[in-house]
Amino acid sequence: MIVETGHFALILALALACFNAVVPLWGVATRDSRLMGTAPSIALAGFGFVALSYAALTYAHITSDFSLLNVYENSASAKPLIYKITGVWGNHEGSMLLWVLILAVFAAAVALSARAMPQDLHAAVLAVQSWISAAFLLFILLTSDPFARIANPPIEGQDLNPLLQDPGLAIHPPLLYLGYVGLSITFAFAAGALICGRIDAVWARLVRPWTLIAWVFLTLGIAMGSYWAYYTLGWGGFWFWDPVENASLMPWLAATALLHSAAVMEKRDALKVWTIFLAILAFSLSLIGTFIVRSGVLTSVHSFANDPQRGEFILAILVFFIGGALLLFALRANTLKPGGFFAPISREGALVLNNLVLTTCCATVFVGTLYPLALESFTGEKISVGAPFFNATVVPLFLPLVLLMPIGQNLSWKRGDFFGAAQRLYFALLCGLAMLLVLASWHHNGPLTSILVSGLGVYVIVGAFAEIANRLFGRVALVKGGLAQVWQHAVGVPLSTYGTALAHAGIGVSLLGLAATGWGAEKILTMKPGDSANVGPYQLTLTRIGTAMGPNYTAKIGHVVIREGAREIGALDPAVRFYPTRQMSRAEAGIKTLNFGQIYVGVSDGVKPGTVDARIYWKPLVAFIWIGGLIMGFGGLVSLSDRRLRIGVAHRVRKLAAAPQAAE
Amino acid sequence: MTRKKKRLTLIAAAMVVLGTAAGLVLYALRDNIVFFYGPSEIVAKDLPPGTHVRIGGLVKQGSLKRDAQTARFEVTDGKHEIAVTYGGALPDLFREGQGVVAEGVLSAAGLEATQVLAKHDERYMPKEVVDALKKSGRWQENADVGGVAQ
Repeated sequence: MIVETGHFALILALALACFNAVVPLWGVATRDSRLMGTAPSIALAGFGFVALSYAALTYAHITSDFSLLNVYENSASAKPLIYKITGVWGNHEGSMLLWVLILAVFAAAVALSARAMPQDLHAAVLAVQSWISAAFLLFILLTSDPFARIANPPIEGQDLNPLLQDPGLAIHPPLLYLGYVGLSITFAFAAGALICGRIDAVWARLVRPWTLIAWVFLTLGIAMGSYWAYYTLGWGGFWFWDPVENASLMPWLAATALLHSAAVMEKRDALKVWTIFLAILAFSLSLIGTFIVRSGVLTSVHSFANDPQRGEFILAILVFFIGGALLLFALRANTLKPGGFFAPISREGALVLNNLVLTTCCATVFVGTLYPLALESFTGEKISVGAPFFNATVVPLFLPLVLLMPIGQNLSWKRGDFFGAAQRLYFALLCGLAMLLVLASWHHNGPLTSILVSGLGVYVIVGAFAEIANRLFGRVALVKGGLAQVWQHAVGVPLSTYGTALAHAGIGVSLLGLAATGWGAEKILTMKPGDSANVGPYQLTLTRIGTAMGPNYTAKIGHVVIREGAREIGALDPAVRFYPTRQMSRAEAGIKTLNFGQIYVGVSDGVKPGTVDARIYWKPLVAFIWIGGLIMGFGGLVSLSDRRLRIGVAHRVRKLAAAPQAAE
Repeated sequence: MTRKKKRLTLIAAAMVVLGTAAGLVLYALRDNIVFFYGPSEIVAKDLPPGTHVRIGGLVKQGSLKRDAQTARFEVTDGKHEIAVTYGGALPDLFREGQGVVAEGVLSAAGLEATQVLAKHDERYMPKEVVDALKKSGRWQENADVGGVAQ
């Protein structure tokens, strides 16, 4: 009964979405505020029904209701409760339902933030959002029904793919979805603005928090996903340039560009057409990402089992929304008045360059990801475009961008002074050079690129805070007013400035982690109990090989003791787990973190009885790679908490509307 | 600076960035792409030693031999076999009779693999392997021959 309620709720949600896709727009066209006013309450009701539906599916998973095909195929009664809950999105149908749920959450959030927005824009945004909801609800109901029943219910399920039975999976897909789907809001804002003909600094101010929210989740999702792949796939790598990973990287690059261009639009009323275009592009790339992941057109280690019909449906959604938005863009973009004026060397100029490079990176990843598909459909030749391609294209584009980042941050708006900005970075440059020299003299055997990238990382971290440091300590504040004065200045700096500095510093931290991979060590060998291996400064000894029983698996465990010199500093229990229901095994790496570096041991069954094949890595500072991502996300949150950026800053926005050029 | 000059500067900057990117892409595409073949295609094409390729098929039953450092096995599509040697650790899901993709350089003896990928779970088979098997006519839906699942 509960299951049928969930199914029915989903159908009702579709009906509401269809209603909301049409009526508010009719209201906008006829300037009827009653018709426009229906949009928020319908969006909230739609959220209620989707949430009910999702709850029903979760209930079926928790109670192991194997009369549901979805539960039977992806669950088992012995599975731990946490994976019964996360397993709801560990499969195609459930994850699409989560997608729609998050879409509904965002729609509800927009519906509730009405006070700050002009009514016609509010109604148009919700209507566009409803179009997207309707399309995906239809997709679920027609091709991916999570509530399909089995006529003769089996007594036991097939269990969840063991790779997905992991805490990393509990958080990483929802985070990514929050990012992907969050971009649908900026898309709806862009389309809404084109429909209403309302594109100005106010619009930019309204859309920026949403972009920032989506960007923060996308950043955290990518960082988490990378860490998850690192420890569950057991290869010790953190980025594989896999199509599914690229699918999340492309919207991230576009969203990062959008974040920066929206800042220009908000402050200077410039780059309007471009910002609108980016908002459309970012969500289009989310849709393309969804298509890549769901259709199975590209080989990926992450893809789900696929059904061509689904791929075609998503392709139709993709063509409809991207095509529709671009058509709207083409029809309306020329009505925009050109905005603020700026010199090439200025904060705006730097942000334009940033946008150029980010979108070019995005285009390059796009080419690398989809080129094999294009070639195969035209010539039948199969190729793979792997890590070497992306390293050869994206890295040379990205490094100059990172180098210029602190300079751009220190340029003033409208007309900047390049040498003045460079001067403020003396200290950062000195720190970077010092790092280079120290590493070069100390670790002369390390690879040159690692040394250079380390120097760059330090320069970026220090440079990110140069602007703030200048504000705090500039003009002899410390001499005249002492620490009290500095504190006063520190409070005076807007939170969003701190946020920017943190986000940029996060990139520097990640760079340090990446550079340090060059000093890592790895060994792959067959070991029997008593064998030792040296990796980096550590000695690892396999003491014994044991076995263990889990709730739904058996495991073979290699007990490893770590010594540094004569001192024992820890032990690891890497295991290979065997899941009988699915007849498959999975590695459980043993990871020991020491000062942000990690000793990583993965084992698999040895050839000879009584041995294991071990992969042993020493990865200095590897945690910096993901900590950098966390710092970036945190920087976004700090910016988001800036009073001036908060969603629903009604009176400030109205004041701004009166004088759009008067932004500080 | 006039609006026109500003626009020209922007266009020049865009040209430089895009030109660099296009150059990098073309260079990388020429040197860093790898063609994929099934065993029958490798035999039919008679590729010269030293060619960098990816091959896909099933690991032939009984062909896996390992010593401390290297693994040797044959990849088959039911018609032809290609011998593969690989020095790294095999993935956890590597089994005889199951789908595999190996990437490396062709030699007179077969493929010197630098990377071996096994399938993700029993419902997932590398798409390339499925296509290679279909091409050789050995593809069976739901067949248990050689552990091929759909």
